Amino acid sequence: MMSNIQNNIRHMSSGGINRAMKVISNIFYRLGVLPFLLLIAVVTFTLLSGNFLTTDNLLNVARQSTYLILVAMGQMFALLTGGFDLSVGVIIALTSVIAAMVMAWANLHWPGQVELAIFVGSVAGLLAGMSIGVINGLGVAYGRVSPFMMTLGMSSIGLGFALYLTGGTPVYGMPESFSDLFGFGQILGVPTPVVITLAIAVFLWFFLNYTVGGRYFYAVGGNVKAARLSGINTKLVLFSTYVLCALLAAISGLLLTARLETGEANIGASLPLESIAACVIAGVSLRGGVGRLPSVVMGALFIGLIQNGMNLAKVGSYFQTVVIGVLLIIAVLADQFRQRMGK
Amino acid sequence: MNSELNDDNDIIMSLSKVGKKYGQNTALHPIDFELERGEVHVLFGENGAGKSTLISLIAGANKPSSGQINYDGKNVAFSSVKEARLLGICAVFQEFSLVPQLTVADNMFLGHELSSGYVLDKAAMNDKANAVLNELEFDLTADQIVGELPRAGQQMVEIAKAFCANVSVLILDEPTASLTEHETEQLFRLVNKLKSQGVGIIYITHRMAEIRQISDRVTVLRDGLLIGRLNTCDLDEDSLVEMMTGGSASDVFPNVESTAGNIMFEVSNLSSELGIDDISLHVKQGEIVGLAGLIGSGKSEFAQVCYGLAPKTQGQIKVCAKDISVATPSTLIEAGLYYCSPDRHDSGLVIDASIGHNLTLSALKTNEFSFDYSYVLKGGNERQRINTLMKRLRIKADDSHHLVNSLSGGNQQKVLLAKALSRQFEVFIFDEPTVGVDVATRKVIYQFIAELCQQGAAILLISSDLPEIIHLTHRAYVFCEGQIAVHLEKEQINEQSVLSHFFAKGEAA
Ligand SMILES: Nc1ncnc2c1ncn2[C@@H]1O[C@H](COP(=O)(O)OP(=O)(O)OP(=O)(O)O)[C@@H](O)[C@H]1O
Ligand SMILES: [Mg+2]
Repeated sequence: MMSNIQNNIRHMSSGGINRAMKVISNIFYRLGVLPFLLLIAVVTFTLLSGNFLTTDNLLNVARQSTYLILVAMGQMFALLTGGFDLSVGVIIALTSVIAAMVMAWANLHWPGQVELAIFVGSVAGLLAGMSIGVINGLGVAYGRVSPFMMTLGMSSIGLGFALYLTGGTPVYGMPESFSDLFGFGQILGVPTPVVITLAIAVFLWFFLNYTVGGRYFYAVGGNVKAARLSGINTKLVLFSTYVLCALLAAISGLLLTARLETGEANIGASLPLESIAACVIAGVSLRGGVGRLPSVVMGALFIGLIQNGMNLAKVGSYFQTVVIGVLLIIAVLADQFRQRMGK
Repeated sequence: MNSELNDDNDIIMSLSKVGKKYGQNTALHPIDFELERGEVHVLFGENGAGKSTLISLIAGANKPSSGQINYDGKNVAFSSVKEARLLGICAVFQEFSLVPQLTVADNMFLGHELSSGYVLDKAAMNDKANAVLNELEFDLTADQIVGELPRAGQQMVEIAKAFCANVSVLILDEPTASLTEHETEQLFRLVNKLKSQGVGIIYITHRMAEIRQISDRVTVLRDGLLIGRLNTCDLDEDSLVEMMTGGSASDVFPNVESTAGNIMFEVSNLSSELGIDDISLHVKQGEIVGLAGLIGSGKSEFAQVCYGLAPKTQGQIKVCAKDISVATPSTLIEAGLYYCSPDRHDSGLVIDASIGHNLTLSALKTNEFSFDYSYVLKGGNERQRINTLMKRLRIKADDSHHLVNSLSGGNQQKVLLAKALSRQFEVFIFDEPTVGVDVATRKVIYQFIAELCQQGAAILLISSDLPEIIHLTHRAYVFCEGQIAVHLEKEQINEQSVLSHFFAKGEAA
């Protein structure tokens, strides 16, 4: 009698567990590993630090993550077309240095015309960053250089250039209102960088899902030959990929410069790795053709969350890079496993 | 044949209640199946019936969701193709598994390389590969790079691969889909040889003639269910098609009247390093023109050069009376020409994208699907067109959002063809349009080509399938060694006249 009841209970609970496992594996199969990593991270850091799960801190995470989100969205385009961009960090550095130098110069020579100085400096910075993208694009699309070599080479060139221009020291002298506006400003209580990033993300999401151009990126990444036979100018698509990626990185560099209040040649070094990690964790295929923008934004936010949580939990910055690397590899392993589940 | 096998038993492999589900979808309901030593057992059924699924379970490429496989008296559960192969079960799959960067010999011995000590014995592998290729009389050499071969060549490598292992069960999934008679004959000769050695052979084909020619028994599948099993000797084609489709069979080839009008597609003196030399031909409005010839005769290469996929050394191309000075796919599409690639995986479809996105890919910029200048998509129009196209070609899928990857081979082929209807074209080039397509679908495709022709399109049909050329075309050009060997008018087109020009003069035909 007694054992019978026990048996029943065991039976019931194992049925419940089975059902739960089914739901979990279904979520995993559909959305990948990201939801689980997010959950684990939030629970762990909430337990480790009382300050973690507060509105202030979460808004802080959002603001700190905007720079990575922008770069990761650019990186996603490169991955979608079956390549990647290792020069995003240097694009940020070059944008920062050139924007700061031009802005400082204009501020000095055109007194009283702060807006003009900010405008000219920003444009110069964006153009400098994008010029790297243009060269990458020409090399990859028309010169058929592998994205790996092309962007690696360009990051060496760009970094050398930025260091040469600054002599390795930070560039000061930008108008204060630049930082007030784009670094620390708020629109309706939301930090300006967050608003800008959100607007860009919404635009890109629309572009990818509801325009011909967006469709072409997926097609070229999925099968270049089939895309070409369907009448798509595949070289132009590849070229635009690297220009777009550079533009997004340059915008990120500009916002970062405003936040730091100086132009620096040594920012952005960790961004190639972090942006690729954000995409891979978000399920963007390294073979190209597969990936969703909202997931990439979540992936970048997740990395921001991890860094913030580790800061609050007083984990040293050296160890933090170890954690990011480990997460990247876990994400790839999980993705392999997920693909085998499909069989 | 494997000598350790237990010889008194006639049944080499038996399946009981073996089935396969993909998530909620049942690709194959639990079925029983037997393979005897020394028999050729054909699996027959519509596209998506579950044939490839069944053999993927036997060959270790997929794991069954239910049931037991008994091989040579023992229960087995393979976790990989390699494991099955080591036990003597070799498969030639419908979609190739070749490494394009490697040579023919490297591919043939991939995973079971010959070596002396720790060093690869390249010479021995090359010799053995050449021996197998020679025996098959395939026109290939061991040191060619696989990626540079046409689809038919890759098919031959895939077949040769199966013949260089020690095999007791051989599985062939539509091996002749892109081969011509010549290679097919050689293949059958080897199959018969293995058969006499007691090897069990599972053979999948959509061609009736092949069933008669080579098989002992036929198992018919429909919608993942076992419909019946017959001996080939008491088989009658109509009832077989009836079993397959569940409906009645009638004439496959429609009768299309030629309404030849203006010249829509004209090529003069086209040459290219791809192996075509001074080709001139034309296609008129409302006419179907066939290109026949052996593999490598230049018929397929000709189309590639016309479509700008390979540079021409000389010659002129005119589409709808317009001179095309620089041929690229996009200019030709704009000029009104549609080219249907012979290889759906290599260059036809984006298999990781959805059915719908593939269908409209060539037409997105037209104002049916997107707004001028902004190129924002008109979602409603697109959905509507996708649904019409899926119905028109009877693409078997619940939903246009499914990935092309999850479709059966024949249904993927239908997606490729349906792309031709995504916008207005005047000239169509179909290169092997019925590769891997079942008889019922074949009829749909022929009907579809016939309708295009009646509506006034100019159609160039490149095919290795002789009946297609004989029954469907109004005129035909036979290619031989990169040149046009003969031009035949409707009443002159018959098996004899076409075949006699396949081989160059001096060579035995
Ligand atoms: N990876 C997959 N995921 C989901 N469904 C699949 C997958 N592979 C096959 N199917 C489904 O299983 C069914 C049987 O497919 P299968 O490839 O076995 O057909 P087939 O008989 O070989 O057809 P064909 O003659 O066209 O090659 C189809 O409906 C197909 O859509
Ligand atoms: Mg199949």
